[in-house]
Amino acid sequence: MIAEIGHFALVLALCVALVQAIVPLVGARRGVDSWMAVSGPASTMQFLFIAIAFGALMNAYVTSDFSVMNVAQNSHTEKPMLYKVAGVWGNHEGSLLLWVTILSLFGFAVTLFGRNLPPGLRSRALAVQAMISVGFLLFILLTSNPFARIEPPPIDGSGLNPILQDPGLAFHPPFLYLGYVGFSMAYSFAIAALLEGRVDPAWARWVRPWTLAAWIFLTCGIVLGSWWAYYTLGWGGWWYWDPVENASFMPWLAGTALLHSAVVVEKRDALKSWTILLAIVAFGFSLLGTFLVRSGVLTSVHAFATDPKRGVFVLGLLVLAVGGSFSLYAVRAPAMKMGGLFAPISREGSLLFNNVLMATGAATVLLGTLYPLFADALNLGKVSVGPPFFNAVFLPLMAPMVVVMAVAPMMAWKRGDLAGVLGRLKVVAALALAAAALVWFLQGGSAGPWWTAGGFALAVWLGLGTLVDLGGRIGLLRDPGRALGRALRLPRSSWGMVSAHFGLAVFIVGLTASSAWTIEKIQTQAIGETVQVGDYAVTLKAVETVPGPNYTAARATFDIARDGQSVALMQPEKRQYRMPPRPTTTAAIRSGIAGDLYVVIGDEDIKGGFVTRLYYKPCVLWLWAGGALLVLGGLISLADRRHRIGAPARARVAGVGAKA
Amino acid sequence: MRYSLLASLVLVLAVTSPALAVNPDEMLKDPAQEARARELGKDLRCLVCQNQSIDDSDADLAKDLRIIVRERISAGDTDQQVKTFVVDRYGDYVLLKPPFKASTLVLWLGPFALFGGAVALFARFYRRRKAGAGLPAPAPLSPEEQRRLDSLLKESRQ
Repeated sequence: MIAEIGHFALVLALCVALVQAIVPLVGARRGVDSWMAVSGPASTMQFLFIAIAFGALMNAYVTSDFSVMNVAQNSHTEKPMLYKVAGVWGNHEGSLLLWVTILSLFGFAVTLFGRNLPPGLRSRALAVQAMISVGFLLFILLTSNPFARIEPPPIDGSGLNPILQDPGLAFHPPFLYLGYVGFSMAYSFAIAALLEGRVDPAWARWVRPWTLAAWIFLTCGIVLGSWWAYYTLGWGGWWYWDPVENASFMPWLAGTALLHSAVVVEKRDALKSWTILLAIVAFGFSLLGTFLVRSGVLTSVHAFATDPKRGVFVLGLLVLAVGGSFSLYAVRAPAMKMGGLFAPISREGSLLFNNVLMATGAATVLLGTLYPLFADALNLGKVSVGPPFFNAVFLPLMAPMVVVMAVAPMMAWKRGDLAGVLGRLKVVAALALAAAALVWFLQGGSAGPWWTAGGFALAVWLGLGTLVDLGGRIGLLRDPGRALGRALRLPRSSWGMVSAHFGLAVFIVGLTASSAWTIEKIQTQAIGETVQVGDYAVTLKAVETVPGPNYTAARATFDIARDGQSVALMQPEKRQYRMPPRPTTTAAIRSGIAGDLYVVIGDEDIKGGFVTRLYYKPCVLWLWAGGALLVLGGLISLADRRHRIGAPARARVAGVGAKA
Repeated sequence: MRYSLLASLVLVLAVTSPALAVNPDEMLKDPAQEARARELGKDLRCLVCQNQSIDDSDADLAKDLRIIVRERISAGDTDQQVKTFVVDRYGDYVLLKPPFKASTLVLWLGPFALFGGAVALFARFYRRRKAGAGLPAPAPLSPEEQRRLDSLLKESRQ
C-alpha cells in the first residue's frame, strides 16, 4: 500500500511540475502577476509529493518489503541498517528518485529563500527547474519505476554488491547528486536570464552561493569516491580516468570555471555571456554524466544500467536540454550588454585565461571519454583511450593554469601590474626552483620520473604564492602590528580562496609523490616470513577465520617493525559475503604524513604461504588533506555575509560603522 | 557478439574480486625486467574488460597477455618491440594511449586546437574592446542632466 502511495505521489508530482513549467512562464511573458505567483506553491507541492515518494521507497527498504521488486533485487534482511538506507540510491531506479528529490528540494529552496528576487526572474527560473523535473519524472514513471511489485514476493532479497557496502560509498552518490543537481540552479537562472535578456550583478549574487554549494557537494562526492577506491579496490589506486569518474569530473571542471567567472560578473559586471555559457555547460555535463552512467553506453566497472530503452530516453532529454539552451543562447547572448572593460593583464584577464584552460580541460576529458564511441560509430576502428592519454594531454593543460593561479589573485582589477606582481613572487619562484632541484637530487636524478621536479615546483609556487598574497592582503610585512586585526576583518571569501588554492598545492604534492615513488612488493609470504617495504619490515604472523555480520573473513595479522622496533599490528581481511556470494578484500592501511603503508592479503598458495601485496605510498594523506582544504575553502566562502540573503543592506551599514 | 558476452562475464568477475592482478608466479626474476613489464602492462588494455589495463585486471586474457609481455622481455625485446608484437596480434585497440595517426588526429590535436581557438576568440574580443574604447568622447551633459548630477552628488555627501 505504501509503495502505491509513493507511485501515486510521483504521478501527482509530474502533474504539478507540468503546471509549474508552463503557467509561470506564460505569466512572466504577459506580465500577469497571479500566473507568475503559481511557481511558489507549485514548487512546494512538487517537493512534498516527491518527498512522499522518496519516503515510501525508504520505508520499503528499511522494513525489507520484498514484494517491491527494487527492494528484492537490491536488499537483504541481513544487511546492516546503514546499507539498507544507502540501498535506496544504490541502484538505477532509486538513484533517479534521489536525483529528482534533490532537484525538487532546490526548487523549493528558491521559493523559500528567493523572496527578494525579481518575480520575473524567479518564476522563469522555477519554470525551467520544473521542465527538468518533468523530463526526469517521465523517465522514472515510463522506464524505471522503483515501486513495481513482484508476485510472489521472494523470502529474502538478493543483496547489495559487497564492495558497495562501505560507509564511503554509502554517502558518495548523495553528495555527487547534490553537486550535479545543484548546477541546475545556475542553469535555470541562466536560461531565465536569457529569456529576460538581462544579466546583472544581482543575478550573479544569487547564482554564486548556489553554484558554490553545488561545487562543495561535488568536490566532497568526488573525494569520497576516490577515497573509497583507494581503500577498497585493493591496490591503492584512487583515480582511473574511468568514464564514470570522468562523468563527475567534467561538471566539476566546468563548475569551477563557472564559480570564478561568476565572481567577475558580480564584482565587475563583465564576462556575462561567458558565465551564462558556462552555467549551461556545467549542467549539460551533469546531464551527460547521468546519461553516461545510466544508459550503460560506456559499460564500466560501476555502470549498472544496461537497458537501451532508458539510454535513448536520457539521450533525448540531453539533446533537448542542451540543444535547446544552446539555441536560445545563440539567439539571445549577442544582444546582451557588454559589461566593464578590462585589459588582458588584469585579474579579470587572468581569471578568464584560467577559465579557458579549465574549459579546455573539460573538453579534453569529454573528447577522450566519447572518442571510442565516435570512432566506432564512424568506422574509424576500435580505439581505446585510457589513463596514459589523459595524463599526456590533460596534465600539461593544467600546469600553466597552476602557474597563473598564484599570480591572478595579486593582480588588480581592470589593469594589472604583471612586473610588480612577479617582483613580489621572486622569492617564491626561487624557492620553487630550489624545491625542484632538491627533489631531483633526492630521487637520484633520472632514477625517478622526470616530472616529479615539475610537480613539486608547481606545488611550492602555488602554495607559497597563495601565502604571499595572503600576507600582502593583511599587510604582514608593511605593518605587522595590525596584521592580525586585518586578518580577522578579511572577507571570508578571501579566506576561502586562500584555503582552496593552498589545498590544490597540497593535493599536487600528494599526486606527484604517490604517483612517482610508490614501493610495491608482491610475493608469496609464509607465516613468520619478513618482507622489507621501504623503511618497514613486514612480518606475516597469522591468518585466521573470523565471522562478520553478513560475511566470513580470513584475517591476516602482520607485525610492522621499523629500525628493529615493532611499531604496529596490521590486519587486512579477505571477506566472503553470503548474499550475494562474493569475495572482497579489505586492505589494512597505516596512514602518516610521510606516507601510507598499505597491506593486502590474497589467496593461500598451494605450496604453502599466502600471496601478500605490500605497498608504501608516499604522501597519500596529502591528497585527502588537499581535497578537505578545497571543501573547507568552499564552506568558508559560503559563510561570507555577502552571500546571505538581504546581506547587501546590512553589509553597507556595517561598512559605514567601521569607517566612523 | 562473442566479445560482448565475454565482456559482461568478465565485468561480473571484475566486480567479484577486486583488482589483484599480477601474481607472484608470473613475475620475472630480474627486478629491472619485471619493472619494465609492469610499466608496459599499464599501457596495454585488457581486451575483454571495460577500461582496465592488463596490469589491473584479473581476467584470464589479461594474465595471458602479461605472460606474453614477460616472454618477449625475457627474449630480449625492447619496450617498443613488445608493443609492436602485441599490436600486430590485437590491433590498436590494445593500446590505452592511442597511436598518433589520421584516425586519432581529432583526439590528439582537438584539445590544443580548442584552446588555440578560444585564445584567438578572446584576443579578438580584447582588440574589439580596445577599438571600442577609442570611440569619440560621449556628448557633454545637458543643463538638466548637470543639475541632476549636482543634486545627487550633494545628496550623497550628506
